[in-house]
Amino acid sequence: MARRWTNDLTWNDVTPKSHWLNRRQIIAGALGAAGAASIGGPLAAQVDNDNLQPNTFEEITTYNNFYEFGTSKEDPARYAGQLTTQPWSIQVDGMVDNPGDYALADLIDRLDVEERIYRFRCVEAWSMVIPWNGIELKDILERVGVQEGAKYVAFETLVRPSEMPGVRRAVLDWPYREGLRLDEAMHPLTIMATGIYGETIPNQNGAPIRLVVPWKYGFKSIKSIVRITLTDEEPPTSWNMANGREYGFYSNVNPNVDHPRWSQASERVIGGGLFAQRQPTLMFNGYENEVASLYEGMDLSEFY
Amino acid sequence: MKKAINRLTRHVPTWPIYALAPLPVIWIYYEGITGGLGVDPAKKIEHQLGLWSLWILIAGLAITPLREHLGVNLLKYRRAIGVTAFFYVMAHMLTWLVLDVQFQNVWADIVKRPYITVGMAAFAIMTPLALTSNNWSLRKMGGAAWRKLHKATYAVLILGALHWLLLVKGFQWEPIIYSVVIAVLLLARMKWRPATSGLKA
Repeated sequence: MARRWTNDLTWNDVTPKSHWLNRRQIIAGALGAAGAASIGGPLAAQVDNDNLQPNTFEEITTYNNFYEFGTSKEDPARYAGQLTTQPWSIQVDGMVDNPGDYALADLIDRLDVEERIYRFRCVEAWSMVIPWNGIELKDILERVGVQEGAKYVAFETLVRPSEMPGVRRAVLDWPYREGLRLDEAMHPLTIMATGIYGETIPNQNGAPIRLVVPWKYGFKSIKSIVRITLTDEEPPTSWNMANGREYGFYSNVNPNVDHPRWSQASERVIGGGLFAQRQPTLMFNGYENEVASLYEGMDLSEFY
Repeated sequence: MKKAINRLTRHVPTWPIYALAPLPVIWIYYEGITGGLGVDPAKKIEHQLGLWSLWILIAGLAITPLREHLGVNLLKYRRAIGVTAFFYVMAHMLTWLVLDVQFQNVWADIVKRPYITVGMAAFAIMTPLALTSNNWSLRKMGGAAWRKLHKATYAVLILGALHWLLLVKGFQWEPIIYSVVIAVLLLARMKWRPATSGLKA
């Protein structure tokens, strides 16, 4: 039952709410003192997963890609408030022992909710650090019983045109679909998030429950999930369907494999202001030690 | 109505365009620096300057069809509009170069990424047009050669629309609508010659 992966941080290390609500001022003050060490530091790709500085609640909740609410970064914060997230049920089907429509509360009842401070790297070459609260996906999958022979997990996002203005246009082939290989889904880093900064996850961030796979580009971390399917075939995924040359099924963060539109070698860190320096992108978004073994023997430029 | 406009333009000089053109750029940078553009100001400025560039380019392209089809003559402002468009495209490009990609892998980006290739080509084509947007160049080159050179504006408009079409993710209407507007304005300035005209001559 969870607790398979821990970082050394506890809630004592998370920025107190009174601080993150106006971290701007604190940053402004601290820039002079700490700046040289942490912000203007050398470009050496140093992996330190225990001292990540989370973005502010405001940054995390006003800059989102959630095309069901519109294609601009501000649209989700503007329109997602109207989404009804209670009641919420999730259809679990495919190669599982206990298929059915689960009320969300039943599906996650008594499972451990942990804090996970993860890097979040968008395929558009920007990044944040987000303090999630979530449940290991493995716990949920074990609850519904994965049958032998299942190799993949497929997910679907809600489609509700009355509350999601973005789905009235065919920007993508709705519903939004994502998928993971079963071993990726069972990895202890993979969580289903229900909160941010200890608060209920805001609608624009994928309420009431979303996937978070920190070593993959953000679009893999599908939001507002209404269906989970276990299957023995690689499931179709939305961005791959829209443009297979640009978005692969795996989409692991990899500074050495370019996206046709963006170099993935570095990223813009959200929240640093107009003149923020790019920082180098880390292999598997800094989780190489934890996940590289999943892809042993695979050519990552072929399976991008 | 059109007479009123045409009468008015005789009294309104072109210099205010040059004087006012930089103000939106200064304003958006001020907003970006002071936190008025949200959490990703560099991208916001880059995109806004790109969109404004397209507006100004389209305004320049509309001048001839306005005169020929509606009788509204704004020809005297066309040079100022063209020079302003170049200023905005340059500001857009410099924002991308300095604040977005920060000089990293710039050449690779230009060669490998079609939307950047196309955008850079448009900027490159505009440069000689901007440099020759003065009476001295017009005299030096001669009217015919100068006009021929400045027809490259049409290519800039097409490349500008293509730049946006290539850039967006998923299926989005906005760049398609702009492309249609540009196509209509280009078609509107074509001189249709009836197929039988050869016989008459």
